[in-house]
Order: sequence, then structure tokens, then C-alpha cells
Amino acid sequence: MIEALTRKENWIRYLNSLKFALYCMTHPLDGFWDLTHERRGTYAGANTILIATLMVRLMTLRYTSFLFIQVYWEDVNIFLYLASVLFPLALWVIGNWALTTLFDGKGRLGQVYIATCYGLTPYPVIQFPLMVLSNFVTIEEGQFYSVLSIISLIYCALLIVTAMGQIHEYSAGKNLLFTVATLFAMLVMIFILTIFFSMISQGVLYMISLVREFLFRL
Amino acid sequence: MMKKKHFSILCILALVFSVICPVNALADESTGDDTYTYNLDYWGDVQDSPDFYTVCKVFTSSELGLETKMKSPEGLFVYQNFLYVCDTGNNRILEFERISSEKLELRRTIDSFEGDDNNTFNAPTDVAVSVEGNFFVADKGNARILKLDQKLNLLQIFVKPVDNTLDATIPFQPSKLAIDTAERVYCIATGINKGLIKYEPDGTFSGFVGATKVTFDFLDYVWKKLATQEQRAQMESFVPTEYDNVYMDHEGFVYACTGAVTREDLRADKAQAIRKINLMGNDILVRNGEWGIYGDIHMGSGGGYEGPSYFSDVTVFPNDIFICLDRNRGRLFGYDDQGHMVFAFGGNGNMDGYFRRPVAIEHYDQDVYVLDTLDCAITVFVPTEFGSMVYKAVDQFDQGDYNASGESWERVVQINGNYDLAYIGIGRARLRQERYKEAMEYFEVKYDDENYSKAFKQYRKEWVEDHIAIIVLIILALFLVPMGIGRIKAIKHEIDTDELFTR
Repeated sequence: MIEALTRKENWIRYLNSLKFALYCMTHPLDGFWDLTHERRGTYAGANTILIATLMVRLMTLRYTSFLFIQVYWEDVNIFLYLASVLFPLALWVIGNWALTTLFDGKGRLGQVYIATCYGLTPYPVIQFPLMVLSNFVTIEEGQFYSVLSIISLIYCALLIVTAMGQIHEYSAGKNLLFTVATLFAMLVMIFILTIFFSMISQGVLYMISLVREFLFRL
Repeated sequence: MMKKKHFSILCILALVFSVICPVNALADESTGDDTYTYNLDYWGDVQDSPDFYTVCKVFTSSELGLETKMKSPEGLFVYQNFLYVCDTGNNRILEFERISSEKLELRRTIDSFEGDDNNTFNAPTDVAVSVEGNFFVADKGNARILKLDQKLNLLQIFVKPVDNTLDATIPFQPSKLAIDTAERVYCIATGINKGLIKYEPDGTFSGFVGATKVTFDFLDYVWKKLATQEQRAQMESFVPTEYDNVYMDHEGFVYACTGAVTREDLRADKAQAIRKINLMGNDILVRNGEWGIYGDIHMGSGGGYEGPSYFSDVTVFPNDIFICLDRNRGRLFGYDDQGHMVFAFGGNGNMDGYFRRPVAIEHYDQDVYVLDTLDCAITVFVPTEFGSMVYKAVDQFDQGDYNASGESWERVVQINGNYDLAYIGIGRARLRQERYKEAMEYFEVKYDDENYSKAFKQYRKEWVEDHIAIIVLIILALFLVPMGIGRIKAIKHEIDTDELFTR
């Protein structure tokens, strides 16, 4: 472990893979093809981008000017807020892999994860400077904030869709079809999870009341 | 409210990433039943407040020295230092002289006048006095509006307007009046929903002004198109709502309020509980507050009362702060000229300062008079130290005395630290004093983005002017350093490749 960390070429590969995320942003078709086929992306790089996204998302809450985001701090739950990124991401990755693996998708689960995280790059890259800049403008000059903010989200979505097409070696039409299918798969998973959790909690409650009854009778 | 919409659009887009967006959460649904006086903060949360007004005295019939007790009185009017009460049930008008806040003295009992065969009133519901001192009485039961002079001689009778759009069979029931300085009469009549009936000083009817906008939803409209004639007759028709009361302010604008509004329409900004009507009949009330001008925004049912506030009367101070009277929950809501809530207090009950069915509100100076038609009593409210300090700060700001206004607002903050207007008031005073950095801090605390931007713009300008030398240096450095490095590299390259050395 320590040996791996101290080896210089590992660090160089990691930094190169991070730099490659910026290349993917500007050259999505070429970039995402090379990401898996040339093994230019790494888990470390993907994790870094994901963590950066989460950090920026949290920081915007606190450091964006109140002109653009007003936070009702009493109701903010950081873990829920982070889950609002992580949970859909997990659903997307699993749903996409589960579907595409049945239909000639060339990407493996890990590759789907890496590509999705690389697709998130525009979020920190655009939102972070935007957050800093928001503190130096007035409300009249603030139109650019909402526009750029929306652009960053659309950019991410487009990148992720493109990335899926490239790593699974799908045509454009098939890619779009499976994007929609993945969204449906996510809904189905949410549905099943909800049922699952309510069933479990019912079961647990049943056991608890049973034990209570026992203790009461003893 | 616009920026909130922006944010919710952003949030919807953020759903690409998120299922739950806890930032946009709404405030909890507390109804403000805990304290007598309260206010709403930026988030719409109810903030407890020290009393703004306190009950000075409650005048019942016996305390006013009346032989016959008042019976369902409905109208109240203040003219100079006289207070007029329309004692509807006893067909008379009572004239009191206001000696002080605690003292009202009966001067006259007006139950008849000179100059007409039918010289008594029948259920008069409102009285108003013009600048010249002439009485205007809405003689509802006799279907007329009377204009009397100070000696009670009849000057003029206003009758049902002759208009093709009015059903001739419906009796004319004038209920509320407002008189402008030229003695034009603006009248609300029961059953007429086309707006205020306007009479010229000579008694001619000159039209309806300020009808409320008709609200309907699209689905109802489609249904109505498809329905047969008989079905249509059974359906609710889309008609403007009637006003409940009017008030003529010091500038000649008519404030008209209505209680016939639904919670959904109010929240969607489709209906207005109160309107400020100009000569053209348009609503010019400024609504810059975070929350609408319709009293309670949390309308949970409590104690048998539910639904939105029912504004039954309004009174306007010379500084454009107006107080609306809520008949539903027995509360008084004060708003400033920008539509921010100044205070809210009151409740239903039998104690002093609580009401059973308040119908009319008037003010003398800063004292507020509220008439309760079931209790047959007049409640006098006087501002507390907190209340008068707020008024003082507002007046000082209007007069341009920003230093004093800032100090008054600071005193207000000492009394009530949860008072948003005070922070914004201090900020506005600081802004005028050109202390921009401090102003920004005060505005940021209470999320006042417009004023913050104003202060920030000036602050940024000052900052740039102060640091112009450094900024120019940095920009120059940004250009010169890379250029210099490039030059040095070029020289080095030249030296390295020069034949003189490579040889």
C-alpha cells in the first residue's frame, strides 16, 4: 500500500488521468473512447472528481452570495444533501450497467462508474469560479449566474450521455434509447427500494411488538 | 419573490442530480397563536414580538354614557377631533369628542335631519365627513346617501345610479362610503360588484371604478363552454367580488378591501385582499414584501377559525403605513408603504384587545380605534414605546433625517432583535450616510438583495478607486512578467545557439 503510494509513476498516472478529465470536457467523443479503451481514466481520478463535485456542492450553500441562493439553515442536513448527489449517481451507474450488459454494452460496472464521474467534471469546474464570482456582483449583474449555473448542469448531462455511448460502443440512437431506459430503471429501483424498506420496517416493528408482548407476559 | 422562483427552477434542474433538495424547504406551519403581537420574517416564520400597540381603554355603551345601548354598530369615522359611530341597530349616528386617548365625550346623538319628509335614518351603515365638514350618511335601509351640513340640514340626496348594466329590480343598498376633497362620493353597495360607485359633487353618477379582476381557472371555463344552458345557470358565475370597505387616504387614493378571497387565489397572486385605487381605477398598491398583503400566511385552522384573513376595514396613516382589520381571527395587520408587514396582533376572545366581530377601524394621530359590532364596543389602542419608536424611525427617514432614523432603528433593535424592518432601516440609513460596508452587513442579515446591491455597487466603486494603483500594477505585471520571461528565454536561446559559443 505504502509502496504504491510512494511510487512516482503512480502519481504521474493519477495526475495525468485527472488532466484527462479536462480533455474529456472539451473532446467528449474522442476523450471518452480513450478513457476506457486506452485506459486513460483511473478510479482515483473518478473519485477525486466525485469528491470535488460534492465539496463544491456543499460550499455553494455557504459561500455563494445570498443574492442567488438563500439557505434556510434550520432544515439543511449535510448527509441528505450529499445523498442527493450520491444516491442518483449510484442508481444511474447500477441501472445503466444492468441494462447495457444485457444488450451488447462493452462497458463494465467500474467503467460505467469512472465515465459517469468524469462526466461530472463541468460541475466543479464551472460552479466553483461561479461561486467566487457571485460575491462580486450586484443583483442586476446577476443574470449570468443562473444562466451559467444551468449550463453547467446541462453540460454534465450531455457529457454523461455521450460517455455511456462511447464506453458501450453504441450508436447515437441506441445510446439515447438506453439513456431513457436507464432513467426508467432508476425509477423502478426507487420503487423497489421503497417497498423493501417499508417491508423491513414493518417486519422489525412486528418482531419488536412480539418481544414486548413476550416480556409483558413473562 | 422572483428570485425564489428562479431558485426553484434551478432546483428542478438540479433534480438531474438530486432527488431531495432540502434547501428549498418551507417554513413550519405555526399559526402565531402563541403571542399577542408577532411578525413574519424573511422565511415566513412567525417571530414573537413585543407589543406594538396596547389597549388603552375599551369603551362600552355605559362607559360612553349612552342611555340606549349601541346595537350592532357598523361604521366609524374620525373627523378632526370628533369620532362618529354609526349605530346601525338604533338608526342613529353618535358624535363623540375625543378629549384624550382615555376619554370620549358624547356631543350629539343624530337621529334625524331637516329638509326631507322622510327625515330619519333606516339602518345607516356608514358615515363620512368631507373636508368642508359636511356629513355623508349611507342610509342603507332607505336606499339613499344623504349629504347634510353641520347643522343637519339636508343638502343633497344620492340615489341609485341609472345605468343599463344595473338590474332595476335589485334594491339599492349603499353600505360604505369614502369622500374625496372635492366631495366626490365613492360608495360600495351590497349586490353591486362592478366596483365602487362614483358620484360627482353635483350628484350625478359618473361610473364604476376599480372592479376586482375576475378570477377563474381554465378547467372551469372549458366545462362552462361544454355545459348546456340549464347546467350553466346552476354553476357559479365568474363575477368580480364585492368590496367590503373603503378608506380615503390623505393623498386622495381609495383603499378598498375585500374578504371574499380564497387561499389559493391569494397565494397564486390572482386575487387581492386590499387594493389602492387611483383615479383611473387601477390598483397601485406597492407589494415589495416577501409575503403578500393578505394578513396571516399560515392559515391552519385553530380554535374554530380557518381560511384566509377577512379584511373588513382599513385605515391609512399619513406616513402610508396602513392597518387592515381581520374579521376572521380578530387581528390587526400593519403594512408599510412598500408592503412589508410592520406588525400583526390581536385575536378572538372576550378579553381587552381581543374581538368577536371587529368591523371598522379608524385612527386619530397614532391611536387606533376599533369598533366591534357584537361587543358594541370601541377599543382604543395606543402605541407602546416599541411602536412609537418604529413610527418615529419611519417618519425621520421620510423627512430625510437619516442619522436620527438610524439611531431610532437601533433603539428598535434593542427592544426587538427579531424585527427585520429595523435591520433594513439601519442599513438604509447607513447607505445614505455612505457607510456602505456596514450597510451591506445589515442588508445581508435580512436578505435584502436590492438594497444590498445598491450598497455593494458603491462599495465596489470606492474599493476600486482606492486600490487603482495596485490593480494597474497587477494587470501590468500579468502582461509584463510573461513577456519578460519570454524575452529572457529568447536571449538565452540566442546565446545558446550563437555560433560564437557553439563553435
